[in-house]
Amino acid sequence: MRADLKIIEQWVKPGSRVLDVGCGDGTLLQHLQENKQVKGYGLEISASNITSCINKGVNVLEQNVDEKGLSNFQSNRFDTVIMTQALQALRQPDVMLDEMLRLGKECIVTFPNFAYWRTRAYLMQKGRMPISKALPYTWYNTPNIHLCTFKDFEALCVQKNIHILDRTVVDKEHQDRWFIHMWPNMLGEIAIYRVTR
Amino acid sequence: MPETLPIDSVGLVTPQTIHFDQPLTLQCGKVLPEYDLIYETYGELNSDASNAILICHALSGHHHAAGYHSLSDKKPGWWDSCIGPGKPIDTSRFFVVSLNNLGGCHGSTGPTSINPATNAQYGPEFPVVTVKDWVISQARLADKLGINTWAAVIGGSLGGMQALQWSIDYPERINNAVIIASTPKLTAQNIAFNEVARKAITSDPAFHDGRYFDHNTIPQKGLMLARMVGHITYLSDAAMGEKFGRDMRNKAFKFGYDVEFEVESYLNYQGERFSENFDANTYLLMTRALDYFDPAKEYDNQLENALAKALCKFMVISFSTDWRFSPERSEILVDELVKADKQVSYTEIDAPHGHDAFLIPTPRYMDVFSAFMNRVAKEI
Repeated sequence: MRADLKIIEQWVKPGSRVLDVGCGDGTLLQHLQENKQVKGYGLEISASNITSCINKGVNVLEQNVDEKGLSNFQSNRFDTVIMTQALQALRQPDVMLDEMLRLGKECIVTFPNFAYWRTRAYLMQKGRMPISKALPYTWYNTPNIHLCTFKDFEALCVQKNIHILDRTVVDKEHQDRWFIHMWPNMLGEIAIYRVTR
Repeated sequence: MPETLPIDSVGLVTPQTIHFDQPLTLQCGKVLPEYDLIYETYGELNSDASNAILICHALSGHHHAAGYHSLSDKKPGWWDSCIGPGKPIDTSRFFVVSLNNLGGCHGSTGPTSINPATNAQYGPEFPVVTVKDWVISQARLADKLGINTWAAVIGGSLGGMQALQWSIDYPERINNAVIIASTPKLTAQNIAFNEVARKAITSDPAFHDGRYFDHNTIPQKGLMLARMVGHITYLSDAAMGEKFGRDMRNKAFKFGYDVEFEVESYLNYQGERFSENFDANTYLLMTRALDYFDPAKEYDNQLENALAKALCKFMVISFSTDWRFSPERSEILVDELVKADKQVSYTEIDAPHGHDAFLIPTPRYMDVFSAFMNRVAKEI
């Protein structure tokens, strides 16, 4: 399993209720179901991912959250709402964050850090939009329309009165390395946050 | 006629009829003192009877869901695309039961049957049956077949409503419900279409208040019209456009009202074939069963409360171009299932065929359906 998913797993309580927004092929939910006996649903739009989820025994609902939002879910129905690597692709990531915290006591979000030093260097040296493993698209075909940095995200949390319970930063292999924590906004490639109201 | 039976066919099948002496009190208050159900089975029931699947039919369906009755059959059963060895409802793993519902005209007791009280055809005196009534009759059929719990109850359209009703009325007897191209209740538009269909039948001079058989006739024109209207709603504009466009039988307009466009010819043909094979009273009854279906009604109109009793897992599938029971209708059901905290998966299949897409083996539909049925098989 991807290292970032392992980190997320540590933050999910056994037997809790989980909503995974943009659950991909269901790997995380399957893992959480088997190892932490969580109950919940994944939301996904990709046809092949939906079939994978069903194959894995994960309850998956086809839902375009960027269009439909999460209004079909009642407040406080989940312990943890997870969104991995999707916040930056939404039209209104700030509204989504509010919605996720309406549904769940806690939210776990991961996103690529645009202030990563290689990204900064790419832009500085080439003067073009950075392309990397974490950001593999060109500017015109990228789904990532709302890229942000650690500092940006934390500023949003302050503005919205969202409390950060945990945060960690990992490199592009999703490995947590000690030196990253010295200067996360510069050295971290992917951000993983656990937040609450 | 198939020269040889396809390898993924259930092959030659013979329908069976089962008689029930135990009276059945229907939702309308009337009692059927005795009745027959005709059904087919495919595959083998395992020793602990845990691999049984119930297939529920839609409006004009019947018990012949898969395979062939004889080698001279032009077409296999109505859902042959999904039932057979290696197909989503894999008959090498499952024991599949498909029946004709009460009120039908293909072998189960219905308006064309003889009323034991009068020794004459029921005709319009056959009581109105509901989805709930059907589910009770199906549970009795399961008893007779030695099936306590269905591994899955599966249906499209009106069949999906039966699967949903099963989950509410017999939660202990169903492990999975597959609800395809269906809805938790009809919209006003749906009911309106049904009313047009019924009015077409009842206003045919040959209808004779439903006693057409006494007059040695059938309301053929009415049935034909009813089916034509229905048929339009089962297809999408795109599917019709692709199939017929504005193609004409002759190149030039004739400036009259005979059949000129290919689509007119097709609808007339479909309507005629249908009117030859379907009983008018049954059509009235089946459309009414659709109208009445509303499992939330007896739970303060709260579908969530109706669903609260359910214990099974749900798979809900809709089709993008289905406007008879649009994806939004399925999403309403899914939202309520989520509210009720049920295990549910939902997907909308992008298919151009309209409501009829649930009968058509498009690759993604088959993939998702198979994936879910694999899960069902693993639980056995």
